[in-house]
Amino acid sequence: MSDPKWQPRIVAFFCNWCTYTAADLAGVSRLKYASNARVIRLMCSGRVDPQFILDALAQGADGVLIGGCHLGDCHYGEGNYKTLRRFQMLKRLLSDMGIEDQRVRLEWISASEGERVKTVINDMVEQVRALGPLNLPQRRQDWDREMAEQHAEPEAAHA
Amino acid sequence: MPDKPKISFYWCSSCGGCEETVVDFAEDILGVLEAVDIVFWPVAMDFKKKHVEAMPDKSIVATLLNGAIRTSEQEEMARLLRRKSQYLIAYGACAQLGGIPSLANQFSRGQLLRYVYEEAPTVVNEAKTRPRTSFQNNGHTVTLPEFRNVVRALNQVVDVDFYIPGCPPTPKITKAAIGALLEGKLPPKGSVLAPDVALCDQCPRKASKPADLGFTQFKRPHQVMLDPNLCLLAQGIVCMGPATRGGCEALCPAGNMPCTGCFGPTSRVRDQGAKILSSLCANIASKDEKEIRDILAGIPDPVGVFYRYGLAGSLLRRKVSLPVEPDQETP
Amino acid sequence: MNTNNRNGEVRIGFYICHCGHNIAGMVDCPAVAQYIAKIPGVVVSRDYKYMCSDPGQELIQQDIREHQLNRVVVASCSPLLHEHTFRNAVAAGGLNPFFFQMVNIREHDSWVHTDREEATAKAKSLAHAAISRVRFHRALETTRVPIHPDVLVVGGGIAGIHAALTLGNAGKKVFLVERDPSIGGHMAQFDKTFPTLDCAACILTPKMSAVRAHENITLWSYSEIVKVSGYVGNYTVTVKRKPRYVNEELCVGCLECIQSCIYKEGKFPDEFNVGLSKRKPIYIPFPQAVPPVVVIDPERCLQVRTGKCKKTCLEACADRNAIDFTQKEELVEIKVGNIIVATGFKLFDAKRIPQYGYGLYPNVVTAIELERLVNSSGPTAGEIVLRDGRPPKSVGMLLCVGSRDMKTNRWCSRTCCMHSMKLAQLVREHTDADVTVFYMDIRAPGKGYEEFYDKSLKEGIQFVRGRVAEVTDWAMAPEEEGKLVIRVEDTLAGFVRRIPVDMIVLATGMEPQADAQDVRRLFNMSCGTEGWFLEKHPKLAPVSTFTDGVFIAGCCQGPKDIPDSVAQAGAAAAEAMALIDKGHIEQEPNTAYIVEADCSGCKSCIPLCPYTAISFDDAKQKALLNEALCKGCGTCVAACPSGSIRQNLFEDEEIFSEIEGVLAYV
Repeated sequence: MSDPKWQPRIVAFFCNWCTYTAADLAGVSRLKYASNARVIRLMCSGRVDPQFILDALAQGADGVLIGGCHLGDCHYGEGNYKTLRRFQMLKRLLSDMGIEDQRVRLEWISASEGERVKTVINDMVEQVRALGPLNLPQRRQDWDREMAEQHAEPEAAHA
Repeated sequence: MPDKPKISFYWCSSCGGCEETVVDFAEDILGVLEAVDIVFWPVAMDFKKKHVEAMPDKSIVATLLNGAIRTSEQEEMARLLRRKSQYLIAYGACAQLGGIPSLANQFSRGQLLRYVYEEAPTVVNEAKTRPRTSFQNNGHTVTLPEFRNVVRALNQVVDVDFYIPGCPPTPKITKAAIGALLEGKLPPKGSVLAPDVALCDQCPRKASKPADLGFTQFKRPHQVMLDPNLCLLAQGIVCMGPATRGGCEALCPAGNMPCTGCFGPTSRVRDQGAKILSSLCANIASKDEKEIRDILAGIPDPVGVFYRYGLAGSLLRRKVSLPVEPDQETP
Repeated sequence: MNTNNRNGEVRIGFYICHCGHNIAGMVDCPAVAQYIAKIPGVVVSRDYKYMCSDPGQELIQQDIREHQLNRVVVASCSPLLHEHTFRNAVAAGGLNPFFFQMVNIREHDSWVHTDREEATAKAKSLAHAAISRVRFHRALETTRVPIHPDVLVVGGGIAGIHAALTLGNAGKKVFLVERDPSIGGHMAQFDKTFPTLDCAACILTPKMSAVRAHENITLWSYSEIVKVSGYVGNYTVTVKRKPRYVNEELCVGCLECIQSCIYKEGKFPDEFNVGLSKRKPIYIPFPQAVPPVVVIDPERCLQVRTGKCKKTCLEACADRNAIDFTQKEELVEIKVGNIIVATGFKLFDAKRIPQYGYGLYPNVVTAIELERLVNSSGPTAGEIVLRDGRPPKSVGMLLCVGSRDMKTNRWCSRTCCMHSMKLAQLVREHTDADVTVFYMDIRAPGKGYEEFYDKSLKEGIQFVRGRVAEVTDWAMAPEEEGKLVIRVEDTLAGFVRRIPVDMIVLATGMEPQADAQDVRRLFNMSCGTEGWFLEKHPKLAPVSTFTDGVFIAGCCQGPKDIPDSVAQAGAAAAEAMALIDKGHIEQEPNTAYIVEADCSGCKSCIPLCPYTAISFDDAKQKALLNEALCKGCGTCVAACPSGSIRQNLFEDEEIFSEIEGVLAYV
């Protein structure tokens, strides 16, 4: 069932001041790296709600990368410490839910580290490629085949 | 005299606690019985499935269905009652979010059946006998429903109109919901019939919670003599109150136990467990990676604590590495 | 797909920019436009050569009018570059500028990928995400933050001095804080400056005096910054004023206390003379020090250390009563609107290249040490001598010591070629010594610099192209006896040479200050990989940092000479002045806000805010967010367990829809 044309899809949440800027620097420096990551820009890694990470996986991402400033260098003081603390527990939760460690990754990348953006993305893409697709939407469809009748759920399962 | 509106109650994968709520109405139950006609309630009344099948579609004004959906029979009954009811109301945490039964989504069907029928300490079953979906004996066939791989919330099986939260819902919010139903004063379809503010709003311990709380450790209720007046989070206990809808009048904190999240999240949240994780962890009072890990070791079972009632309704729903096993005839 | 949202019918205009060949060379722009055109709600979908140009912007404005667009998405370069440009274009077209979303398909796509198909697929995903997100955008207004008119300048070298004077002359009140007992920085140690051979002290001291006399400048020397809080226009800074044990107001600079000190002679390394001479525990850094006030070294003064001294200094000061041993460290708090950081550089430690013999052979000196020898108020009154007092007959100057070096510092320190040639000329002037300069390249780019190089050649200074391998005193020929031998590959001649000289001068490179990391954290700045303070943009914003209201000038931003340091100082002063004169700054409206009806008063958010923007309202029993203090990090938004705090421009629905959109195209 694995599609030979499958490519890992990674959703990346980058903080505006450090990692997003570093990714821009990588672009300006014309560094070349894998095209599998799609960046969503946030002001601070502290804005990364764990719901975003879980939702990205639920919507079909094979991996999620969070990029923030180095500890002590957060543009807003300590936003990245909150990210770090949440991430520690999230890793345990994801592990208990059967999601491999390398699929969700937290990296501190400063504004001048364009080279690191390249190496981290390349590295993560290879690791996720080795793990294979997560494809939760497909898995859900597979799980739901056991039901006698299929059911399309409400788009927003909350009011 | 015009016909009284018909309502029905049904239970799926549940404990019976939701039926208890109706019993807990006490004398108020008489008022309910005056106003409505209960046409189907397996725990208390003798109506059969064939009676329901015989009813015209949408002739039941409202069905309050509790319990998660785990078997083929429950799926069938959910669909039947959906056809026959104007409003299908998911009653209780199990129907709304999967409830405690949906914690089984951390295990495969094979693991569960093996444990229950072979590995549990008090089981003696050397022949490894398992229940079968169909059994012939003396020319009679007896059947059992199929046991699915996945525990589902009601809205993952059929279209749901409203949700009454709680494990179980309180008599108060149930009465309010039935009242709103009978008066035709229902909110938009898909609403949860409980206040849309977190529990801290109603909690008698709220004033004692400091505005600068930083967690240096987490403890579990059995490890501490709990102060009955102080905010439980301030005592290092994980209380789901900030991430849980109010409406229950903080019964658990009043009973000197933390809120465990049974009313589910507010409408603005997609994943209750993720949100409480976000809030608790952000407020950990340490910047050292190892120290943070040690503090978090005070929560040994994140799934059980953060998703106690809502695993099926969460964003991930089920442990993703679990297989989908075929019919239990071939374990 | 739902095109109707609570804002009514959504009409989106999508524009993908070719950016000449920069994007179109790797991304199939027409294909992306065609893909986006099919998404419900997209009314206009175009590809165009240069969206940021005037015609490009006019195209957007025209479409807004003709097609009643209420959302605009542009896929082009980084929002960090042109988000403002396009927002202004949208506003000029009559639509609130925050109904705009930008997609980065250049820095994050066409410039970094090599497969056209992959790059195009990625562009489609990113564009789709923006289309999904922009539906949820709402009209927003920028807020204004008032700017406090005072300025803090940190560092009293030539850059700090120039910035302070420029601002002071413009009528702004300036606090100039300098860590050392006197301002002047490294320039005060120089003898002459290239290429004009002006006397450094002659051009610097008038500026130093002007600082002291200026009615708008408050000079706090021997002071350090210990805490900075706040944000642009509203900084609160705590300054630690170290005790000199001398009252600045009362000291007249007669220096009699120094003469009368119980130490008859200097005993401790003199910092200004780079350890080449000794000073007493009571001293003045150099004769033209500003402020011209004596300072007592607390670690060396007997009275301060033990309390048991005859205090002859007090006696000498007599009824001027300027010496005060009861002085204590003082913490002073000031409020300023802008900060200019001009903390300079430190020199590379030549001991890190042991094969050059610094610290081993007495006649191996660094350029700054030679500078002090040449200077007439230096330790040898301007006599260039070897350690044994003889004048040298031959001098070798080694360039790129700790610069352009994979093993130590990779950068070029920019000034060493010029100052080495200057010192070479001065050595020839003061002595008759043969001078040979050992170089890899001669960098003389400034005005008059090439001519200076010419002059050096004409004056008979020898140049050998080769990086010196080692300096040794091991003679292998009679002419090498008693000398230091330089072993170098003369790359133009094509063979290895041994050149004996009397004195070796190492042109040690510039490095970031030792405490650069601590200093930059104080001011919430970033550093580059090399440790220099990071400018906002290397070409277009060289003196700004990513923190609004904090500017950098001089060598703390990277090695440079005096003309460039002064130019940057002026630039930083101008940037600060622009903010002050405008009176306010427009704040990006990405602030958080609490929906009161939703808030349960759980207090989870209150401790999280670095700007203490959230407090608890006892009357309402709910959290209260002061939007004027909010800087828009969103940490509280992510933490709120009931989803009751939201963030403008970064709403949950906007981000969830972006996630969905980014995964929509496979």
